[in-house]
Amino acid sequence: MDKPGPAHPGRRFPVRLTGLLVSVILLAVVLVLSIGFGARFLSIGEVWAGLTDPASPYYRIVHEMRLPRTLLGLMVGMALGLAGAIMQALTRNPLADPGLLGINAGASAGVASAAVFLGIGSFYGYIWFALLGAAVVTALVYTVGGGRSATPARLALAGAALNATLYSYVSATLLSDSQAIEKVKFWTAGSLASADFATVTRLLPFFAAGLLVALAAARPLNALSLGDDAARALGARPAVIRTAVIVAVTLLCGGATAACGPIVFVGLLVPHMVRPFTGPDLRWLLPYTAVLAPVLLLGSDVLGRILGSPGELQVGTVTAVLGGPLFLYLVRAAR
Amino acid sequence: MTTLTLEKTVGSRVGVRPRAVVVGVVAALLAAAIAVLTLGTGEFPIPPADVVKTLFGQGTAAQDFIVNELRLPRVITAILVGMALAAGGAVFQSLVRNPLGSPDVLGITNGASTAALTVVILGGSSTQLSLAAVAGGLGAAVLIQLVGGKHGLHGYRFILVGIGMSAIFTGISGYLLTRGVQMENARALLWLTGSLDGRDWQQAGPLLGVLVLTLPILLLACGPGLRILEMGDDSAAALGVPVKALRTTALFTATLLVACAAAAAGPVAFVALIAPHLAKKITRAPGPNLVPALAMGALLLVGADWIAQHTPRVLPVGVVTGAIGGAYLVWLLTMERRAGRI
Repeated sequence: MDKPGPAHPGRRFPVRLTGLLVSVILLAVVLVLSIGFGARFLSIGEVWAGLTDPASPYYRIVHEMRLPRTLLGLMVGMALGLAGAIMQALTRNPLADPGLLGINAGASAGVASAAVFLGIGSFYGYIWFALLGAAVVTALVYTVGGGRSATPARLALAGAALNATLYSYVSATLLSDSQAIEKVKFWTAGSLASADFATVTRLLPFFAAGLLVALAAARPLNALSLGDDAARALGARPAVIRTAVIVAVTLLCGGATAACGPIVFVGLLVPHMVRPFTGPDLRWLLPYTAVLAPVLLLGSDVLGRILGSPGELQVGTVTAVLGGPLFLYLVRAAR
Repeated sequence: MTTLTLEKTVGSRVGVRPRAVVVGVVAALLAAAIAVLTLGTGEFPIPPADVVKTLFGQGTAAQDFIVNELRLPRVITAILVGMALAAGGAVFQSLVRNPLGSPDVLGITNGASTAALTVVILGGSSTQLSLAAVAGGLGAAVLIQLVGGKHGLHGYRFILVGIGMSAIFTGISGYLLTRGVQMENARALLWLTGSLDGRDWQQAGPLLGVLVLTLPILLLACGPGLRILEMGDDSAAALGVPVKALRTTALFTATLLVACAAAAAGPVAFVALIAPHLAKKITRAPGPNLVPALAMGALLLVGADWIAQHTPRVLPVGVVTGAIGGAYLVWLLTMERRAGRI
């Protein structure tokens, strides 16, 4: 085993591959747990029967409630984790997170406007407004934060400013309409509870597009981390890469937020936890993040269902309470 | 040399800066003028001259009832909340040595609102709500100092800790909102936005008491020391300032003010950030600039309330300050970047 040097070169190839396999197994376990936990606990055998056998008494529970929820958590977790990872690479900022940077709040503002002014109450209507809000805020936070010369503190502050402004806008619009408050209150806390197959299938194209762009950006982003000039010398086009990353972040965060509300810290935490293992190479970092981010999100969701029973704690609350202290630790450790 | 500087610094605390006085007086007069306009605004408009007459007890019985009984408490609450937020913000910005180190950004306000929200959802009385807000604000201050205060209170580390805390509190608030039923949620959300609707002496009274108690502490005991502290901990200690004691006193007095303001009107966004910073920009004086900041805070909140009452659909005042404050914060960030400070 080689020792990680100062720049986190990561582990050797076989170790990384084994780690990825272990992560995939972990993800499989969490997926089964997420289907199994609920008002009625299902054992592994019952989960399997519920998935495959239409005659099983659990077929409907699994297919109509828990499977869509689990699939949604899988997609949203991947989306937030990848968005966080490529944002961190693009801004060279270890504290970048779609929640902290206000991108999720931008999507929320879009959704709140849609719910109040246009009376839209379904995911299919939300998503365009969420994407629009996310796109505007991504561009804004990047510009206000200083673009290419952005520092972590500047970006975080620009994000905090936009967050505060957007949340006061969201509550102002919601206040005028108490029915809208009811419609979106679970949504504003960040929850997977309202998942159904329609949501999953409608999120899928946005998610898939964002995923492909993000994964395709891994190599060029690696080049960009050497600086613009070096990247150009290696044949990369910095402007194109930046645009592609912003498009991917918008698709991933806008879609995830439209589907289940603003969720913080997933995009921050997971890339951070895997970086010591993979090193800064995005070709490893992104797959690891894509596998482990849903583990965190679904794990938080299952935890919320256990802790909050007979009701449930919203997954956004669980990730905030779990991820917050880690963020504080990272801030303290950074020097 | 050092003695000379010290004498100069200490001398200027007693000496009055003409510019600061002018700024303070102009802001206070403007605040009073807008307050008179606001007192005349409503379902029964009253001309400003009559409002002034009524305030001095010369109005008709109807005017007396409308102005002095119905509208005055709200305006007084606005002025007091503005002053408390501005004073608290001024001290925080001076302690953190950064205009962005306001209680909004540091998560103090969020701590107060999360605690208050718990009470709203549990269906508590308004007294319990106020007490919870104060306790929540102080609790957040303790937490932030514990986590971020290891290397002193200044610098971006401290602000980032505050941002992290805010995110945690926001997550908890989101959960609390889902627990409430429809009526409570509307009440909770209104409170979270910051509103002056239906505020009367019940809110203004305690806040006035807290201001009367804490302002002398800040003005006389902390102000001069804070100005020296801005030169750095070591320099201040060398000049005989009890750094640790001063910092703790100032931090908790300021938190108390902000939390009490939040208890009275909800966490009205950004006043604590803008008022002291504007005052400092205009007076161009070092230190926390408490007196001009107080006047500026009153002016901002009364002005925002006037705007809120004149929007087509009457808005809570927190929405107006949130909109103004967000724009101001973005502008401030851009300026700070140009100046190369961040």
